[in-house]
Amino acid sequence: MALLQIAEPGQSAAPHQHRLAVGIDLGTTNSLVATVRHGIPVVLDDAEGRPLLPSVVRYVSGGATQVGYPALPHQASDPRNTIVSVKRFMGRARADVLYIENLPYDFVERGADGGAAPGMLQLRTTAGLRSPVEVSAEILRVLRERAEASLGGPLLGAVVTVPAYFDDAQRQATKDAAKLAGLNVLRLLNEPTAAAIAYGLDQAAQGTFAVYDLGGGTFDISILRLTRGVFEVLATGGDSALGGDDFDHRLFCRIVEQARLLPLSQEDASALRVKAREVKEQLSVEPEVRVNAVLTTGEVVNVPATSHDFAHITHPLVDKTLAACRKALADARLRPQDIDGVVMVGGATRMPHLRKAVGTFFGQTPLTNIDPDKVVVLGAAMQANLLAGNHMAGDDWLLLDVIPLSLGLETMGGLVEKIIPRNSTIPVARAQEFTTFRDGQTAMAIHVLQGERELVDDCRSLARFELRGIPPMVAGAARIRVTFTVDADGLLSVSARETTSGVEAAISVKPSYGLSDDDIARMLQESFGTAEVDMKLRALREQQVEAQRLVEATQVALATDGDLLADDERATIDALIGAVQRVMSGDDAVAIADASVALGNGTDDFASRRMDRSIRAALAGRSVEDVARSQA
Amino acid sequence: MTLPDHFALFALPARFAIDEAALAHAYKEVQGRVHPDRFAAGTAAERRVAMQWAARANEAYATLRSPLKRAGYLCERAGVSIDAESNTAMPPAFLMQQMEWREALDEARAERDHAALAQLVAQTDAERVRLVADIGTAIDERADAAAAAPLVRQLMFVERFGDELRAAEQAAPPVSPASA
Repeated sequence: MALLQIAEPGQSAAPHQHRLAVGIDLGTTNSLVATVRHGIPVVLDDAEGRPLLPSVVRYVSGGATQVGYPALPHQASDPRNTIVSVKRFMGRARADVLYIENLPYDFVERGADGGAAPGMLQLRTTAGLRSPVEVSAEILRVLRERAEASLGGPLLGAVVTVPAYFDDAQRQATKDAAKLAGLNVLRLLNEPTAAAIAYGLDQAAQGTFAVYDLGGGTFDISILRLTRGVFEVLATGGDSALGGDDFDHRLFCRIVEQARLLPLSQEDASALRVKAREVKEQLSVEPEVRVNAVLTTGEVVNVPATSHDFAHITHPLVDKTLAACRKALADARLRPQDIDGVVMVGGATRMPHLRKAVGTFFGQTPLTNIDPDKVVVLGAAMQANLLAGNHMAGDDWLLLDVIPLSLGLETMGGLVEKIIPRNSTIPVARAQEFTTFRDGQTAMAIHVLQGERELVDDCRSLARFELRGIPPMVAGAARIRVTFTVDADGLLSVSARETTSGVEAAISVKPSYGLSDDDIARMLQESFGTAEVDMKLRALREQQVEAQRLVEATQVALATDGDLLADDERATIDALIGAVQRVMSGDDAVAIADASVALGNGTDDFASRRMDRSIRAALAGRSVEDVARSQA
Repeated sequence: MTLPDHFALFALPARFAIDEAALAHAYKEVQGRVHPDRFAAGTAAERRVAMQWAARANEAYATLRSPLKRAGYLCERAGVSIDAESNTAMPPAFLMQQMEWREALDEARAERDHAALAQLVAQTDAERVRLVADIGTAIDERADAAAAAPLVRQLMFVERFGDELRAAEQAAPPVSPASA
């Protein structure tokens, strides 16, 4: 559902009008928004000229919410209502979050749709229960408002970045948060891929690159091949629960241990955590730092911290990232010496000992010439600009990304049958047939999993659904065809069909950890409150805009490729257009939606023929070039 | 409308021998036209059709760029099923060699013997090259898919073994400069 459209009904965007689109880096520690102005990607600062928005949200009793710098100082004084690093909880259950016992929040585990299965955890705050999706939406809303104020109008849409290693639940949660913040998501883009776009286009790079992206809470490694105008991800790997925060945590533990500080109050622990981060940053430029702090108990902390000792205690974390690099290289069938350049992304890659270890592993000095905090959002802005259609033909590029984790189904004996292996290029659709194991079996449970291990218990459960109404047959006679489709956002949908009877069951993979559509609708209603427009009216306007766009797009297609249709086919489409036009200006949202869907479906075949013609034209262009080259 | 055949999609001749550069080029040309990123600001119907075509192009490219999958596809296309699950009959000499390799792998794994692993990699690579050449002859020169099918099944075994070898090499990585 697109919540914001640039044009009102009847005055749709002219083809060459610049459309407002932004890239958003929703980071664990900091978030940013950027856009392309006059062909150059720029980060949009806040009113005080600050580019970063700390990813901190504080719920204040009385209903107010503070986001970013105003919330930051309350980490220690009001830890329970001041949510930091919320990205770590996106699409996660309690058991997924490392060191959860050290965190000051009041977590509530709620089953999906009130069910018994563990769902995404929630936080109890002074403002009530909040899901990580809602907390993230607060951050995204501030960025959207910043962009709209800066660009002077509503946005067509946004490219929102996610760690490449995010699984389906984490991606879905991110997309939900963006919708909740009133953003039309043009694409979820993998962070290392975004960085590669910023680097590749800036430096006109060619060759094979490794993007090493250590953020506040996540680690990604992506191996890409850059050829003229094409960014092809060969393999990706990482750890969605390893980041700069873990380096802070090691240092925090070290300080507590050295100063013999246990037990610590929640406030003191939060204050020392903030201190540990500062010390880590200082150790990037100085070999030795004194850690000074006064606790609420009056106790004085005064211990030394050296970069040598810091490198020693965080060595296992660095090794973990290098193991992931080794695996990604193996998946891409490459060796470290095949890599032409290593791009460093994320604030945490400022640590000198980390840069040194990565440099040694790849046998070259890593590239750090674009600010590691900004490179992702700049790439996202460039992609948003491209997707919004602001590029001239020929001055564009193509992105071919992959899914990070294999997708499969539970089969007999608690085993996982992989349907789509990791590092498959997206979008991807793949079907597999299964059969019944009992005579007369009329239903089949389908359990969708993500991960690399062979046992169900070692993989992440994405969803369960049931296919009912299978005609009774002897065991092994039914043919259940399960189709997995992963779209260009890396999001999965699954459908199943019994092929002899045609019984169909379809789900979008949301139930295990995501929010239901009802949840989103409720949150949207709450977030708009009474001052904003009525939701129904808003939905009607959206339907009208979408119907108008559809009619216009179809008319353009008919004008250019109408010769692909026989007369009766043309008449059918004209009738469908007429049906949309008749209801379009009315106030019956359902009628508009139905007519639009009918037109959409009725032109699928036509759209497919146009695709085919477009491909033929592209390939014919190639052979002409080849001929020219061979004759030259 | 039925979607075009994998080869037709990329305007390439339906042969086992393939010009890899031409395939990669055609794939990128096709994706350049059909990828959902080209229709991100389009209507829902456009985006749906784009996703179907892009997924189709990815499937075709993944099939054609792999000699094993390409061979299997050509056999199926000629009406000869590879049927790897039910048809497990193999020439005795091939089975013998597989058993020897498997023993050698177990031994090398147990002893973390990198030289032995490297030797096995070289042997399987050579066998792979031989099978690919024979498959090419059967399909392209003799147009005999039935003769190619058992070779495709053997290639399947060799590739699976190759995957295990790579996994073994990774489980016991040679000493790298980083950890030295």
